[in-house]
Amino acid sequence: MAEIRVQNLRKAFGAFVAVQDSNFVVEDGEFFVMLGPSGCGKTTTLRMIAGLELPTGGKILLGGEDVTMRRARERDIAFVFQLFALYPHMNVRKNIGFPLLAQGMPAAEIRSRVEETAKLLRIDHLLNKSVSGLAGGDRQRVALGRAIVRRPKCFLMDEPLGTLDTEFRDLMVHELRELHNRIHATTVYVTHDQMEAMSMADKIAVMNHGVIEQFGTPREIYDRPATMFVADFIGSPPMNFLKFGGGLARGAKEIVVQGAKVAVPEVREDIAPADMALGIRPEHIRFDDGSKLRGAIYGTEYLGTTQIVAVETADGIIKARVPAGIPLNPGEQVGLALSSARLSLFEKGSGRAVRTVMHDQAAEARHG
Amino acid sequence: MSLTTAHSVVAPSSNAKLIAGTIIIAYALISIVPLLWIFATSFKTPPDSIAYPPKIVFQPSIEGYCNLFTTRTRQTPEYINALGPPTGFCDETVRKRNMVIAGPSNFLPRFVNSLIIAFGSTFCAVFLGTLSAYGFSRFKVPLADDLLFFILSTRFMPPIAVAIPIYLMYRELGLSDTALGMILLYTAVNVSLAVWLLKGFIDEIPREYEEAAMIDGYTRLQAFWRTVLPQATTGIAATAIFCLIFAWNEYAFAALLTSGTAQTAPPFIPTIIGEGGQDWPAVAAGTTIFLVPILVFTILLRKQLLRGITFGAVRK
Repeated sequence: MAEIRVQNLRKAFGAFVAVQDSNFVVEDGEFFVMLGPSGCGKTTTLRMIAGLELPTGGKILLGGEDVTMRRARERDIAFVFQLFALYPHMNVRKNIGFPLLAQGMPAAEIRSRVEETAKLLRIDHLLNKSVSGLAGGDRQRVALGRAIVRRPKCFLMDEPLGTLDTEFRDLMVHELRELHNRIHATTVYVTHDQMEAMSMADKIAVMNHGVIEQFGTPREIYDRPATMFVADFIGSPPMNFLKFGGGLARGAKEIVVQGAKVAVPEVREDIAPADMALGIRPEHIRFDDGSKLRGAIYGTEYLGTTQIVAVETADGIIKARVPAGIPLNPGEQVGLALSSARLSLFEKGSGRAVRTVMHDQAAEARHG
Repeated sequence: MSLTTAHSVVAPSSNAKLIAGTIIIAYALISIVPLLWIFATSFKTPPDSIAYPPKIVFQPSIEGYCNLFTTRTRQTPEYINALGPPTGFCDETVRKRNMVIAGPSNFLPRFVNSLIIAFGSTFCAVFLGTLSAYGFSRFKVPLADDLLFFILSTRFMPPIAVAIPIYLMYRELGLSDTALGMILLYTAVNVSLAVWLLKGFIDEIPREYEEAAMIDGYTRLQAFWRTVLPQATTGIAATAIFCLIFAWNEYAFAALLTSGTAQTAPPFIPTIIGEGGQDWPAVAAGTTIFLVPILVFTILLRKQLLRGITFGAVRK
């Protein structure tokens, strides 16, 4: 196992820049997820780490070794493809043993390694079956088996659950995480599904247009989104934005939104007057008739334990997640109270988050 | 959507099946009549073969096959009677027509020439075609579209249109009447077909297979050999049959460029007609034997051929 260090990695296809100056470190044994919409450069980054694409610039270090320009087969990594790429002309046993065959391992040893791996993945009863007859989940397990049988430096996975049914996907998410907890292999996992990312990752990099918008733990990314894109991409429903104007001074603790004063986490930088946005997670909204921030109920979505309520405000619709028991009628006027300590502030132009006491507290907690 | 279109996407009715089946069977019967006629003629005696009205029922004889494989000389009955007892069935049949076997005919060597040239050129065309198709399919080849168009353009006219330049070139190069020359020629004609057909097949094989193999420690060539080729067998088989049928049946170039040692069966068979009268059973016997290799090859590969021809229409 090894750490992966990506430095100023860049990839251009002609005039189109797929990946722009990426920098991140995946620690040894970490489960790292690259998350983003399709076309954001996450798969290209993964393929560069694998050696299937050569970067236009930058460096990739695997366990401290510069492998940027090395061939895929010289990198000692394993790759799980979205469509699994199981060889249809080989049975399960041969598929799993295929990487060992390349190393010239004696047949008896291949046999025992393959069987050991199959037991780990609970597919030992399928070893002599043809891969074409397998169900989605089993194909996935065979693909994983082919990856782990070699005990490589790291695993790279490109949306490996993308083609599975939702039901199977949840099961495989748990299996994957459990497998990772057992073998502690450095893993880079690419997906566009935030649920997969949040439930499996130690660290997440959220990518958009070839740029890493934020790199951090699932908690950091959810609680303190670095950009409006991240805030909008993560969370279901996503973060609400209410616009407000004017600059912010260091130490400010209050802003004015739609004529209502809203307490916010203490601002820790000076911002020149510009269009700003207040970011509120749906679960940080309560109904409070005393609040000056008001709106009319537009519709509700009942989810059992909670309900998502769409409220029409002067600045468009915002969604609140409130307990399912509260009776609400469309058209009803409500006041909105916000959990001040959990709010985010953004510069609308750049989309960047304003530094507040939340960030400082998190930094202290990390170093303290 | 009209009712008829809606109807055509559901399973065909039993009536439609019956009509379709009748048409197919009728077409098959019409197609097979000439073949059956040739096959029957090959077992007729020369008088039966030109009898009028044509004989459907006749006494089978292998005289045609005897005549095909031998050369004979006419002798006086006294001379024939002076010979010892006939050495075999053919000998006996021939003597009844006041002939003796003078030696083997050229049919067998010509047939072997056909085998060598057709299978040799098919192998070369498919081999080169597979490699180029893989290259065009997987790599960024500069001017790939223009090159592919150029390859296709070699088939814009019938190959025989360039027969005279090729004849002159072959004479200069010393390739006239050589098996090598014919293999090169048929390979050149077939390779464009092979590249285009195989590129379609290889394009359909996901790159992930090779990428997986290359990550798992194989070189590109090994990955190609172990993962792409096994999955391209259908396409390769279909392409091979098309190439083989062309090379096997080709007459015009063979007649022009081969006359002796490298002559193939197609230009040889008609020459039988000239030897000692119109020996139709021998011609029919030659044709029948000539059909066998293609028949066997096609039957062996029929599954791949069927999938190969319907390729693109049916998704895996």
